[in-house]
Amino acid sequence: MADTLSFELVSPDRLLMSAQVEAVMVPGTEGDMTVMPGHMPLISTLRAAVVDVYATWGGAPSTRIFVRGGFVDVTGDRITLLAEHATNLAELDRAALAQEVRNAAEDVSLAKTDADRARAQALHDSLNELLSAVE
Amino acid sequence: MASLKDLRNRIKSVKSTQKITRAMQMVAASKLRRAQEAVEAGRPYAQRMEKVLASLAGSLLGQPGAPGLLVGNGKDDVHLLVVATAERGLCGAFNSSIVRAAIQKIERLKREGKTVKILAVGRKGAIQLRRNYGNLIVDVIEYPGLRQIGFAQAQPVAERIIAMFEAGEFDVCSLFYNRFQSVISQIVTEIQLIPAQIPEVPAGSINEGLGLAVYEFEPDEETILRELLPRNLAVQVLRALQENAASEQGARMSAMDNATRNAGELINGLTLTYNRTRQAVITTELIEIIAGAEAL
Repeated sequence: MADTLSFELVSPDRLLMSAQVEAVMVPGTEGDMTVMPGHMPLISTLRAAVVDVYATWGGAPSTRIFVRGGFVDVTGDRITLLAEHATNLAELDRAALAQEVRNAAEDVSLAKTDADRARAQALHDSLNELLSAVE
Repeated sequence: MASLKDLRNRIKSVKSTQKITRAMQMVAASKLRRAQEAVEAGRPYAQRMEKVLASLAGSLLGQPGAPGLLVGNGKDDVHLLVVATAERGLCGAFNSSIVRAAIQKIERLKREGKTVKILAVGRKGAIQLRRNYGNLIVDVIEYPGLRQIGFAQAQPVAERIIAMFEAGEFDVCSLFYNRFQSVISQIVTEIQLIPAQIPEVPAGSINEGLGLAVYEFEPDEETILRELLPRNLAVQVLRALQENAASEQGARMSAMDNATRNAGELINGLTLTYNRTRQAVITTELIEIIAGAEAL
């Protein structure tokens, strides 16, 4: 069994991160799970939440990334996260985020159709969650 | 024969045209580099997506209740053609070659008695298609003044297509764009979006080592696939738009290179005529003066 996982985070626009890590905490739609080397092959959809990457297991996560809309593919000692939106928490700008939350709230109130409103609401909720994760 | 002043003006105007075309060529060259980088950057996501999709779809294909985006709705009567072109002209045959390919397909489908609908992405293609097929165009999506094509541009297109499919407005959807091969060659490409074309996976590559059966799905295959297919569609649209953007700049670059060279040739020809005319005028004047002096 390998000691490390090769972790890759890709968004449609680019490859965001590629590293050897010991564990990754993934927020699956049906619950959080920590993927370590030798994990069972798995494909799961993701919630909008924070992914914790542990370069070395134990202690604080080395990288925390907020992902929205995507799924994870685990095969043996390889874990690939495909996310539509991904933001590194370390690079996150609190003020900009707060503004985004306000924009989203505005979208909710302006939405004309139910589908639009539901989408805006989902975005708003996920951004709120992100904001609370930062604080 | 044109007077000296006319020639001078003409040379001046061709020279300023040449300056413009040269500037456009250089702008296109730098934009091309950026567009190519975007295409490169999007590749890993698309590859992973294909892999996951292939391993998923293999197990669900042919089963009843498979998602419509994957297998279609069983009919083949109404075709939606998504024609992706550029927002701007002055890029050689870039736009017209896409439109030509689309028109061929339209005519063929019409002969087969099918209904055709067009979704035009990009202003230039919409204008060209409107001339003959205006009644077939269901919508035009434009993205004016945009520097870089991103996921944010592809998503609405994909959502529109899916909404139309779910409303039963068409049965089969294909997408036309220019694939970027090199600066001088862009290939018009047609890909079928719905029913989804599942990338061929060499037999055994999945089942060896990590058997498909061992894969665990959370929630379950169908739910994941249902999530995945719209996203895959958006990714395909994004890739097409990115390839298109790179192709457009490549086409513009070579078109403007040609134009600059043509202008150069024109200037040489005109300068020659100008000098000849100038000399002829001087000669005539001299003859007149000499003749006048002799007459005294």
